Amino acid sequence: MTSAATADRAALEVSGLSKSFKAVQALDDVAMDLRYGRVTALLGDNGAGKSTLVKCISGVYSPDSGVMRINGAERAVPSPEVARSLGIETVHQTLAVIDPLDVVENLFLNREHTRGGRIGAWLGVLDKKRMRSESREILGRLDIRIPSLRRSMSALSGGQRQAVAIGRAAAWGQQIVLLDEPAAALGVEQAARVLDLIRSLRDAGVAVLLITHNMDRVTEVCDRAVVLRQGRKIADVDVGSVTKDDLVAYITGARTGDIA
Amino acid sequence: MTGDTAADGPLPAAARQWLARRRQDAGLRPYVVYIAAAFIFGLFAVILRDDGFLTASNLLNIGRQAAPIAVMAVGMTFALASAEIDLSVGSVTALSSLVAAEMVGDYGFAAGAAAALAVGAVIGLVNGVITVKVRIPSFLVTLGMLGIVSGIARNMNNLQSLPIRNDAFLAVFGGGSLGPVSSLLIWTVVVGLAGHLVLHQLRWGRHVLSAGADRSAAAALGINTARIRITALMTSAAAASFAGVLLAGRLAIGRHDLGENLLLTVIAAVVIGGTNLFGGRASVAGAVVGSVVMAMLNNGLILMGLRVADQLIARGVIIILAVALSMREQKET
Repeated sequence: MTSAATADRAALEVSGLSKSFKAVQALDDVAMDLRYGRVTALLGDNGAGKSTLVKCISGVYSPDSGVMRINGAERAVPSPEVARSLGIETVHQTLAVIDPLDVVENLFLNREHTRGGRIGAWLGVLDKKRMRSESREILGRLDIRIPSLRRSMSALSGGQRQAVAIGRAAAWGQQIVLLDEPAAALGVEQAARVLDLIRSLRDAGVAVLLITHNMDRVTEVCDRAVVLRQGRKIADVDVGSVTKDDLVAYITGARTGDIA
Repeated sequence: MTGDTAADGPLPAAARQWLARRRQDAGLRPYVVYIAAAFIFGLFAVILRDDGFLTASNLLNIGRQAAPIAVMAVGMTFALASAEIDLSVGSVTALSSLVAAEMVGDYGFAAGAAAALAVGAVIGLVNGVITVKVRIPSFLVTLGMLGIVSGIARNMNNLQSLPIRNDAFLAVFGGGSLGPVSSLLIWTVVVGLAGHLVLHQLRWGRHVLSAGADRSAAAALGINTARIRITALMTSAAAASFAGVLLAGRLAIGRHDLGENLLLTVIAAVVIGGTNLFGGRASVAGAVVGSVVMAMLNNGLILMGLRVADQLIARGVIIILAVALSMREQKET
């Protein structure tokens, strides 16, 4: 499955991460790591700080304090552009798809191929043909079925939109993929597809972080679970060593303390 | 592409697929402006038959009136696409006509046009930077700028018009023609074509649309939305400046009020053309055709013999109706 060379090496380590919004301490001294070829669940009640943590890692928010290491080297991620250039791709809860653009344009947004040499690159002359054929290949590889690549996103169903957003992250996320509730709005079959997609990312050696409220998904696909409560990390456990009830107990605060 | 491939029916399958895709994507909305243009043209051709609507000189006149509106509308399309608006365009047009007139006399026709465009770009830059960095809505920033620029234009030559005597300038930007085609028409087509290509074929155009459709999503994908919004406002102001150059070329003067009252006409042309007033949907071709619609309306109202006051009222009513109709369509889709 995972290649021995990269598996279990830390792709991303954060420590001492804190972020507050005015009086609200959204994240309080959080430390965690993501490993290559592993899927880590990020759990917690609403408002526990999960999305804030993802946004700090993906450069949307800048944390008040804390250190981030990527492949062992300390890195600042001041913007989403920097995060993406470091191989960190994110599927936000809102999906961040652009409705009036078509599927190809969304897959390649801010990663466009240009044609016409250096002048074309400077002007940003889009190489639509190349992007269309690569899109077909990306979606085919991930087994994502979209009726037409020229459809604008607003014409697609919720599941298809989600699939495009995940496909984009999978296509560009060479190292680290962060998924904020990627299957929240999906039907049973589509949700299963997403889980397959996560497994194939893992098998390709990508470090995956998965935010979800669904404990079945945690036990099905995740190796580790990190639990946040009121901005603090209260558990960091091997999924194999706990039950779903244990996880729920961490989330609700009935149990604390097991940081493995 | 896989599509629905039902076989029977009065329409050929390809046409039905095309229609279905239109309906699912943006509706038939993008085509309304062409229907409106044809309808108004037909209407005036009939009811103003005896008032000379269809004469060659009148149609040429409509084209000449449409040219500066269309050039401004192409620029405004980018401002609106980025979910900003530029209310300073009319005043920028006027100031630019003066700047061009001033510079042409001393430095030649190219310098005149370049100086006018530079003035527009700088005004757009100021608009954009204040909008983005100070976080003031662009309609307020550009409304303030409208006053400032109008004032500067009025001070520049003490409300006097400034004649332009440079033949090259007048030929290239105004009354000249290439064969039978007037230079104003050529410039309109060039600007419209360039705008269309920029919107559809360049990365910047797609990013403008993205930033206007969903600014936080665009930012989350690493697009520098601040830069995009600033450059979109620079584009609208620079286009307004070029419209000022064309007006100066046509009338052989620079004056503090040239094009000053075109703001509402331009916005109406753009919105009727299928661009969303609040960003995320844009059509350059629609804006150009919308400009022709507005010029035809202007022309028709005059030929009908309406007094200036009544023309103002009629135009206002038509604009509100047209924009209301197109906005209703946009909310539905």
